[in-house]
Amino acid sequence: MVTTTITTLGTYRNDRPYPFCPGCGHGQILDRLNDALIELGRRPDEVVIVSDIGCSGLSDQYFDTSAFHGLHGRSITYATGIKLANPDLTVIVIMGDGGTGIGGTHLLSAARRNVGITVLVMNNMNFGMTGGQHSTTTIEGAVTSTTPGGNLEHPLDICATVGVNGAAFVYRGTSFDDDLASTIADAIRTPGFALLDVWDLCTAYFVRSNAFSRRAIAETMEAHGFETGLLRRSTVSGYEAAYRQAADSTGEQRAPRRIPTSFTHDLAGRCSLLLAGSAGAKVNSAARLIGEGAIRSGLWVSQTSDYPVTVKTGHSLAQVTMTPDPAPILPIPAPDALVLLSHDGMRQVGLTLPALRPSARVFTTPEFARIETDARVEVIDLERAGSRVPKASVALAVGAAAVDRLGVYPVDALREAVQAGRFADKNLEAIEAGLAANG
Amino acid sequence: MREYIDGASAIVRGALDAGCTFFAGYPITPASGILMHMMRELPRAGGVAIQGEDEIASIGMCIGASLAGARSMTATSGPGISLYSENIGLAVMGEVPLVIVDVQRLGPATGGATTVGQGDVQFVRWGTSGGYPIIALAPTDAADAYRLTVRAFELADRFRCPVFVLTDKDVAMTPVTVDPDDLRAIPPGPRSVETHGDPYRYHPPGEIHPLHEFGRGAPVRFTGSTHDEQAFITKDRSTIRSLNTHLIAKIEDHLHEIELVDTDPDPGARTLIVSYGVVAGAARVATQAIRRTGRNCSSVVVRSLWPVPEAVLAKALVGVDRVVVAELNPGLYRREIERVAQHCDVVGVNRIDGHLIDPKDIMEAAW
Repeated sequence: MVTTTITTLGTYRNDRPYPFCPGCGHGQILDRLNDALIELGRRPDEVVIVSDIGCSGLSDQYFDTSAFHGLHGRSITYATGIKLANPDLTVIVIMGDGGTGIGGTHLLSAARRNVGITVLVMNNMNFGMTGGQHSTTTIEGAVTSTTPGGNLEHPLDICATVGVNGAAFVYRGTSFDDDLASTIADAIRTPGFALLDVWDLCTAYFVRSNAFSRRAIAETMEAHGFETGLLRRSTVSGYEAAYRQAADSTGEQRAPRRIPTSFTHDLAGRCSLLLAGSAGAKVNSAARLIGEGAIRSGLWVSQTSDYPVTVKTGHSLAQVTMTPDPAPILPIPAPDALVLLSHDGMRQVGLTLPALRPSARVFTTPEFARIETDARVEVIDLERAGSRVPKASVALAVGAAAVDRLGVYPVDALREAVQAGRFADKNLEAIEAGLAANG
Repeated sequence: MREYIDGASAIVRGALDAGCTFFAGYPITPASGILMHMMRELPRAGGVAIQGEDEIASIGMCIGASLAGARSMTATSGPGISLYSENIGLAVMGEVPLVIVDVQRLGPATGGATTVGQGDVQFVRWGTSGGYPIIALAPTDAADAYRLTVRAFELADRFRCPVFVLTDKDVAMTPVTVDPDDLRAIPPGPRSVETHGDPYRYHPPGEIHPLHEFGRGAPVRFTGSTHDEQAFITKDRSTIRSLNTHLIAKIEDHLHEIELVDTDPDPGARTLIVSYGVVAGAARVATQAIRRTGRNCSSVVVRSLWPVPEAVLAKALVGVDRVVVAELNPGLYRREIERVAQHCDVVGVNRIDGHLIDPKDIMEAAW
C-alpha cells in the first residue's frame, strides 16, 4: 500500500502563461476559477477540469489539476462518466458558447439528471478559435463572419433552459464580476448540477465587428430580459448519490438459472417446432417452456422468433429447434411440426405450409382443420378438456399436445419446466388441457 | 446442468465476470438486451449503468468513467457505431481502455433492425478519422460471446484502446442451450495503473505503459489532441511522429498476443473455408460434410478480426489454392483474405438479404 501525502496548493495554476488575446475575458475567468479552487482547497488530483473545444478548450492546460480534454460539445458527457464512476472527484467543465450548441442535448440531460458537476460557460457569443462564426448565444442582429448581414437567430438563454430542467445552481454574470470567485466556489460546493453562464469579450472578433464592450454586455442582458446573478440554488443531492441510494434497494445479483437434465429423449436427428399465433397470446413464452422441457430431456435447443415492432398486435412466430447434440445457429429449417394457433399466425405461415414435407405434422385448433398442406393435419380440440381454456393458455395447451404426440421427449419434462417458472399453476392447467384434448 | 440464454445475456455475464463497473448505452435493436440486462445487473454488482441521452453521450460517459477507474463497456448496433465514430478516435488517441459491443444488423442506414448482417466488419476498423488500429473480436455463438467479452476487457486494459466485440442479431437474440462450464472464465485481476510520472509514454513506440487514473495521488492529464507525454498539446514534428507511430506499433508489434483463430486443418487439403461470427456454424457443418464425401477441406474461424491474424492465416494457407470466404455482407473481409492469399483463388459466399448462409452454399463454393 503506497501512502501519498497531499498538501493543498497556494495556487492551482501552473507557470504556463495564458494564450488568450489582449482584452479577452477568458484569462480573468480562469483566474477567478483558480481563486475558487484555492478557497475550496481540494486535492489537485481529485479536481478534474474537463475542457471542451475552442479557445475555452485550451483552459485545462494552465492548471496543475487533473484534466480531460475531449471532443467538441461532449465535455459534459465525459464529466458525467467521471462523476458517476468516482463521486469523490470534483468535476468542472469549462466550455464556450459553441459547446452549448453542438452539445445542447448533453447540457439539458445533465441538468435533468442533476449530475453533480459544475459547468462554467465562457460565453463570448461567437467562435473565437475558428474565425468568429456565430453561435447559439449570438444576439440578434450581431455581425459575425457567418452572419454578415446580421444574425437572424434568437440567442439561447442557457440559464433559463437548464434552470427549468432541473439544474441545482444557476448563475449568470460576466468576467468583470467582483464576486465571481466566491460564486464559482459556491457552484462547486453544490451537490447537484451547477452552471455559470459567464459573458466575456472576444476582442479578436465580436468586439471588433459589433463595437461590443463591457457596457454593451449589461445593456444586451437587460434588453433580452436575461436575468443576472444567482438564479437558482438547491442542495438536493446529485444523480451519482441518488443512483447509489436507489441501487442499494435493487436486490441481489441474479444467479444464473441452471436447468437439470433429468429426463431422456428419443430424438435421433433434428426436430424443429414452429408455433404460429397472435402477438400477446404468449406464443414466445410457450415456445420457451417447450424448449426448456427439451433441455431437461438432454436436448440442445435454439429458439428464434418473429413479431411486428409493435409487439402487442399482429402475428407472433416462435420456432424451437431441438438436436441431440450441440448445434450451431443455422438457417432456420422448414419445421417438422407446425403449431398453428390463429389467423395472424396463418397469414404468416402462408409460404411455410406448401413447403412442409408430407412427413411433417400440423397441430391446430378445429378452426383450421381444413387447411391445405401435404403435411398431416392433427386437430387438437381443447373443448374436449371440459373447461374453457383461456386465450393466453392456448399456445401452451396445443404445444403440449404436440409435444405429447410427437413423442420427442416426455411431457413430464415440460411439466417440470413449467413448475420451475412463473405462473406455474396456470401453465400446468394449460398442459393438462392440451393432454386431455389428446385423449 | 444446462443454461438457456441468448448472446446478449452471455455478453453481460462476461462483462460482469471481467469486472466491468460502468456501462452506458442507448436503446437500439438488436443490442437493447445488453442495455436492459446491464441496467438491472450492474448496480447489484456495485457498478453503474446508465441510459445515455444518445449514443454520443453513452460512449462519452464510458470514456470518462474509464479514466476515473472503471472498466467500461457500451453496446449498440451499426447506426450507433456511426454516432460513436468521433469518440472512437478519442479513445484511440487518448489510449483509453474501452469495450464496445456492436450487435450487427442489416444495413445500410436503418436497414433491418431485426435482421442479421455482418456489414460492420470494415466499419469498426476504419470508422474513425486517421486510420489508426483498434482490436475487434467476433464470437461465433453465445458461449463464445461470453469468453470473448472477458477477453475484450483484458485486451482493452493491456493495449489501452477500444476493443470491439463484433457480434450480430442472431447470436445476441437467439436463446440457445449452453453448458455452464462454457460460461466460466478466470477473471482478470485489477487493471494495472501508474500513479506517478507522465500519463503518456511512447518512447520507444510500441511499448505500452499502464493507465493513469484520476484521483490516485498525482494530477493526471488526458487529451484527445496531438500531445507530448505530459498530455500538453504539441506541434513538434518528432513528438507527433513518435506518438502516432506508437498508436500503430502498440498493436501491430503484439499481434501474437491478440490473435484468436480456430484452425481445423485437414492434411492435403487444397481448399480452405474462412468464416467468422455466426457464419462459423455453417462453415463448420460444411467442412464436416465435405470431408464425409471423402474430400479434403480445411477450415479457419477468425475470432480476432482486427488486427488481421496474418501469420496464422498464412500458415493455414500453405498448400491451399482455393479459399472460400463466407460472410453476411458483400464480401468485406474477403478483401483482407485476398491480401494474405494472393496465390489463391478466393471466392465469396455472401448473403445480403438478412438470411443466414446455408452450409450447402459453402459446400458448393468449395467444390
